[in-house]
Amino acid sequence: MNRKLLAEFKYDLAPIVRGYNRRTLYLNVGTREITSKPVSEMMIEKFVGGKGFDLYLMWQGVKDDTKWNNPENEICISFGPLCGNTSYPGSGKSIVTTISPLTGIPVDCNVGGHFGPYAKFSGWDALEIQGKSAEEVIVYIDGDKGTVQIFTAPDEEINSHIFAEELIKEFADSPDKLQFVSVVSTGTAADHVNITCLNFSFWDKRRKVARLKQAGRGGTGTVFRDKGIKALVVKYSGLKVDTNNPVDLLTLQQTGLKLHKEIEAGDATQCRMHEVGTAHLMEVMNDYDLLPIRNFKYGQMPEAIGLHSREFTALFTQGMADGCWYGCSLSCCKAVDNFKPRTGPYKGQPVVVDGPEYETAAGCGSNIGIFDAKDVVEINFYCDTYGVDTISFGTSTAFVMECFENGILDLAKTGGLDLSWGNADAALELLHQMARGEGFGLTVGKGVRAMKAIFAKEYGADPAFLQDIGMEAKGLEYSQYMSKESLAQQGGYTLALKGPQHDEAWLIFMDMVNNHIPTFKDKAEALHYFPMFRTWFGLQGLCKLPWNDIEPANNAETSEPAKVPEHVQNYVDIYKAITGKPMDKIEMILQSERVYNFQKVFCMRMGKGRRIDDVPPYRAMGPVTEEEYLSRSERYDGQLKAKLNIDPIGKTTAEKMKITRDYREDQYQQLMDAVYERKGWTPEGVPTIEHLRKIGMDIPEVIEVVSRYL
Amino acid sequence: MKVLKTYPDKCIGCHSCESACANLYFKEDNAEKSCIVISTDFSPPAMNVCNQCQTCVAACPTMALTVNNQGVVMLNKSLCIGCLMCVAVCPTDSMRTCLGVHSPFKCIACGVCTKSCPTDAIKIVTE
Repeated sequence: MNRKLLAEFKYDLAPIVRGYNRRTLYLNVGTREITSKPVSEMMIEKFVGGKGFDLYLMWQGVKDDTKWNNPENEICISFGPLCGNTSYPGSGKSIVTTISPLTGIPVDCNVGGHFGPYAKFSGWDALEIQGKSAEEVIVYIDGDKGTVQIFTAPDEEINSHIFAEELIKEFADSPDKLQFVSVVSTGTAADHVNITCLNFSFWDKRRKVARLKQAGRGGTGTVFRDKGIKALVVKYSGLKVDTNNPVDLLTLQQTGLKLHKEIEAGDATQCRMHEVGTAHLMEVMNDYDLLPIRNFKYGQMPEAIGLHSREFTALFTQGMADGCWYGCSLSCCKAVDNFKPRTGPYKGQPVVVDGPEYETAAGCGSNIGIFDAKDVVEINFYCDTYGVDTISFGTSTAFVMECFENGILDLAKTGGLDLSWGNADAALELLHQMARGEGFGLTVGKGVRAMKAIFAKEYGADPAFLQDIGMEAKGLEYSQYMSKESLAQQGGYTLALKGPQHDEAWLIFMDMVNNHIPTFKDKAEALHYFPMFRTWFGLQGLCKLPWNDIEPANNAETSEPAKVPEHVQNYVDIYKAITGKPMDKIEMILQSERVYNFQKVFCMRMGKGRRIDDVPPYRAMGPVTEEEYLSRSERYDGQLKAKLNIDPIGKTTAEKMKITRDYREDQYQQLMDAVYERKGWTPEGVPTIEHLRKIGMDIPEVIEVVSRYL
Repeated sequence: MKVLKTYPDKCIGCHSCESACANLYFKEDNAEKSCIVISTDFSPPAMNVCNQCQTCVAACPTMALTVNNQGVVMLNKSLCIGCLMCVAVCPTDSMRTCLGVHSPFKCIACGVCTKSCPTDAIKIVTE
């Protein structure tokens, strides 16, 4: 490729000390400024790393009124002190943040692949990318030489499954060293729509292809392309067991080995991550009426048998070392080999498809009425290579299919696309339109919140109905679990800072199935602890899955099995083994609480993040339509009797629905009260200065923003 | 396939094989660093050594473990990143690790131990 060098920055290579480089890389693709910034003790103490560093850097870079497409918006990618160790499963995560085009507030994504560890071992604790380039560029970090370069990018193909591979081959020293290069890219859809992602590659030595993991939520790909960036490339060839320079490698290795053995012994009978990844959940969710079907109307349908995990097991190549970072024995990133799409520009060409994972199988399958696993695989492939988020695509497509069913949309409005439930051809055509930048796909690609406004304004649709069925909060589409029967999960979704993603809290089984958190106080405690505990993964550069998608054999006998105490202790142990700093399970939560509250205040600074923004659509809470109520009338009628002491006999369905709705909405309000109090926030959802002081996040800029709302 | 075959009935638990192995690979007379492990807690002694089943090969994320043309599983240390996943998956606990050694190690059927065995309790065979 004939590239012109636009800017170059040389830096000294230095070994990492106990998980930290103590410097971050600043790049302005508009002005071509490239500099190194020191990491202060304050940053480490208060922000730890990973998402904490991202948010701290972004806070300095943006203004109160910065929009996603302003030049000062940043894309930050950070890794955390534990990131890149090759001993403990799930230790290769990057955390991406930016001001989202969907929400206008910071979004954070936790993503695998080799880019993060390699960028970290190249000498950086975080990358901070700002500005907009007038011409298309790629950024290249050579961690072997100590250079950062910005090149022109005359490349024709930017769809990730091809582009990532091309760049890996271009920048690798030789054909036998492809595994030392990793690429961040997106795809053609990111030039046109907002529901986009970034792909982080890793070279699969066995398959000899670039595999792709997604920083999926919130439109990161759109910001990337708006900045004129086609790709980030990193090369690092020196990986060893001690590259992260831990203070106690023996403990780190032995703790990792303990978990490897646990996985080897237990995975086949627990979650089967090694066999089918997170798609093992499909029938479990369907059995418990939790699998989203037809835009979250139902949680169970007989047709869902078509998406049983065995269908995916049969498609996934078995027996491969499918970890997205070295040392992950959970090996959940499954792939379909030699898949031949039946539509689109790559029709008939054999490709490797990463996934589907559960979210994709549910979002691009059952939730839009598709029950053929191969259709899901094809949607998954095109989403990834075009740079589209499978979760937002699924939820947005489900929304327009329900609008089509209700007559809000018709063939004339969709440009001839028959958006009936389960029409896989139409769903795929929406995707191709997003990639081509044309047709109704452009509307769907704006996301559910924008579509609600468009359909009300242009098509005269009832805004209240659109609000009820449009599964978004804060502008972000819901991920793929039914929360109607779990009040705690309604909070888990809707109180999540970036928008309704399950990575803060997944409490459905604790709450609905096992009834372990019956009171508001119990639920509030869970909605405090779990979001804080899970935030810790994002500070350290870790994956959540090895925490509780494998459990010690005696976990059920412990006092708090939902927390998986032995694994919590593992994290304490590996943190100490790497950083040499004191740690216990209380300090873990405190580390998270500082950053969590910082992110909360950051959202407020950008205009969201208070109680008024924490409201779910009613579809997330209960039955919107008579059809939904009647489909589970025994349950809902039973609840009227048991919870409200109201006899449903003699009442119309509409009356019963109204009573149910009033009750559930009131319950949710009470939940918010309880959670805010537990988190140290006012009833309006604003962190109190006293609480910020108590947790050590009372830095002046935070206090200044909070003071505006107190 | 070339493999070190064991005959526990002949083993007298003298540990000569462990010494020979550790001395060859680690220049130390340290049974912890031997690829063959003799346990005299049992009668006859338990003799643990790699049977070249190749389970570990599929688990290795960097393809540092390969099978040579004699069917022996070999570790390329320059590719090994010390994750120890091979240790966990080994069905016979014959992929070894010990204090102070970051990479795992295993029997490569070199036969040095057989020369030290006074009772012919170990033999290199081709299966």
